[in-house]
Amino acid sequence: MARFSVGEKVRVRAAFPPTPPTHVRTPYYIRGCVGTVERVCGAFGNPEELAFGRRYGSKPILYRIRFHQTDVWDGYQGGAEDRIEIEIYEFWLEPVEQERAA
Amino acid sequence: MSSTSGPNEPHGHEHGHDHDHHHDHDHMHPYDPNHQHPNRPDQDDSLTYYKVMESAVRELLIEKGLITAEQVHRQIEAMDERTPANGARIVARAWVDPAFKQRLLDSPKQAIAEIGHDIGPMHLIVLENTPEVHNVVVCTLCSCYPRWILGIPPDWYKSRAYRSRVVREPRTVLREFGTEISAAREVRVHDSTADMRYMVLPMRPAGTDGLSEEALVSLVGRDAMVGVVEAGTGGEGSLAAE
Repeated sequence: MARFSVGEKVRVRAAFPPTPPTHVRTPYYIRGCVGTVERVCGAFGNPEELAFGRRYGSKPILYRIRFHQTDVWDGYQGGAEDRIEIEIYEFWLEPVEQERAA
Repeated sequence: MSSTSGPNEPHGHEHGHDHDHHHDHDHMHPYDPNHQHPNRPDQDDSLTYYKVMESAVRELLIEKGLITAEQVHRQIEAMDERTPANGARIVARAWVDPAFKQRLLDSPKQAIAEIGHDIGPMHLIVLENTPEVHNVVVCTLCSCYPRWILGIPPDWYKSRAYRSRVVREPRTVLREFGTEISAAREVRVHDSTADMRYMVLPMRPAGTDGLSEEALVSLVGRDAMVGVVEAGTGGEGSLAAE
């Protein structure tokens, strides 16, 4: 059951696990950014476990999150409507409070 | 060099006749045991850690009867047969058949199966370019790429420069590919970081109304399906390149 639905605002956790040995698929540049759910991709094996040969854990929901480029990069030089979409696993996402979602 | 041929595959060995010394010896010189031809480093014989591991695992699997050498060869051949021509046929069909295009956007795997391609376990998302949106694909973490329909990714796709810059300054990178996207049009970058793979469905070039599906295929290059150029304006097999 997906925790977030299409169109919902979410924040990527601003977490920075030690690396190595952690295997993380959430790009560094997107951590802490707020975007909206573009689609729910389904449940997939957790790469942070698979990377160590642990294949039998629960499968997290994978989302595609859409961000405004101006919310991702300071001084973005492209258009105000330029966007970037990234696949993020559910455990890397947190809800955004309503007042901030305006 | 193709990255799909195994380390023990026979491959064309091109001798390095790129120095000025004539091998037909039309000039005579006395025998000199110290005379040396310039050596070019041989790139065929280095057994890297992973080449050794691949050989060891493959030979063990064959020896234990789990797979056969023929299956290995057939799989390598199948991988080599995957080329951007597969993607081009999908794009051309979508250009001439609106119902197919809709199925391609809604459920790519089933639509692509209609024209005889099995994309295997790949979860494909087809990104439609429109007058409002231009899509471009990258994998900032490594080199994820829809190999089942586009073959082996080009070296630039795997380069650190492309991967780090196209997310940060996509319009500048596109310009370097000769692609100018108007300020009014959204540039949408897709970072292929996990389980999805992406193919851009480029816009059909203007002035191609009279062309057959077969002729349209030749307008669709690999780079247009990654999104760094538009169809018919560059990349392999495009009109501009002809």
